[in-house]
Amino acid sequence: MVKPRPTIETIWGWLADVPDPEIPVISLVDLGIIRDVCWQDDDLVVTVTPTYSGCPATRIINLDIETALHKRGIASLRLERQLSPAWTTDWLSDAGRQKLEAYGIAPPQPAGGPKQCPRCQSPDVERISQFGSTPCKAQWRCTSCLEPFDYFKCI
Amino acid sequence: MSAALFEFLTRMGDNTLVLGHRVSEWCGIAPVLEEDIALANTALDLIGQTTLWLSLAGEVEGKGRDADALAFHRDVWDFRNLLITEQPNGDFGQTMMRQFLFDCWHVLYLDALRNSSDARIAAIAEKSLKEVTYHFERSAETVIGLGDGTEESHRRMQAALNRLWPFVGEMFDSDAVDQEMIAQGIAPDPQALRPAFDAKLTDVMAKATLAIPGDDFSHAGGRNGARHTEHLGHMLTQMQWLQRAYPDATW
Repeated sequence: MVKPRPTIETIWGWLADVPDPEIPVISLVDLGIIRDVCWQDDDLVVTVTPTYSGCPATRIINLDIETALHKRGIASLRLERQLSPAWTTDWLSDAGRQKLEAYGIAPPQPAGGPKQCPRCQSPDVERISQFGSTPCKAQWRCTSCLEPFDYFKCI
Repeated sequence: MSAALFEFLTRMGDNTLVLGHRVSEWCGIAPVLEEDIALANTALDLIGQTTLWLSLAGEVEGKGRDADALAFHRDVWDFRNLLITEQPNGDFGQTMMRQFLFDCWHVLYLDALRNSSDARIAAIAEKSLKEVTYHFERSAETVIGLGDGTEESHRRMQAALNRLWPFVGEMFDSDAVDQEMIAQGIAPDPQALRPAFDAKLTDVMAKATLAIPGDDFSHAGGRNGARHTEHLGHMLTQMQWLQRAYPDATW
């Protein structure tokens, strides 16, 4: 008897449980980097787009996807990289944005800077540096509670 | 394979590789922690872009060389980067001036490459442009801040501009490789980008209160590999040391 293969929806559900290695509070699906999941004959093909071209987490992300899906019994898996359309923070899910803020990372805003301090919610914030501890973040400071915090860059 | 296409791709990849390595030399020794992180992040973006360009170059060449083989197993005469990218870091001001001049050209070139007839090149350009636009914002702001800063910072920024100015012209040189890329709709004519470059440059230098040198002399020889400056060889002895001592070492 042939075991029925899992549906695409089921697989998206599994991938939604794989955390981002750098910011484990959000999943790879929240981050918007999984662009497609499909069956090609007996191979499962997962299309992933990088956040930043030099992000060192990219390899770990691929490894984590492979590990998670192999654990669920997917035997034949192919990961494909897609560069275009280029990843944008618009693809970050609403749930992901809320999780980031609760974790202390201000979510990206089209205006280019954080709306408020993720700790005390004060709108009085200033930029320390355009770059931060990972390629996707910048450093800001709250001028009310004086805490520095990470801001997820808007690209 | 197309020899001109391979040449074009190594020019793109060697620019980002050599500048990326140069910028990474600041890691751990920048003036303040935030700048250290910013420089390291910029270097990381450039090295990431290098992987995309040189992987494609290796694929186009079809001799089994991957991005690592091209980066670590070639010597000075095979590199096709613009001479400005191999210039030493100097002080922080000189590093940021070099970054600004390069970013200013890079943004325009990548923007044009998004319309490349080669979809693989258009995709890399689209991805890189987002990162490079961010680099440009930072380097332009820093050049303005330091140029229009103290007497000391102004003096250093003017000296940096004077030192690097003779390397700007090479960005707009055009040769047979360019002609073939233009004919196939793969890449833009470098000369056509000069007016937009000058407009950006004039705007930023006015805000930075810096004087653009009047002398138009420019060095050449990086992008065609004819004659690099003495600095590239020294840089490669550092960058390629491990692979030269222990070829194909892995860990």
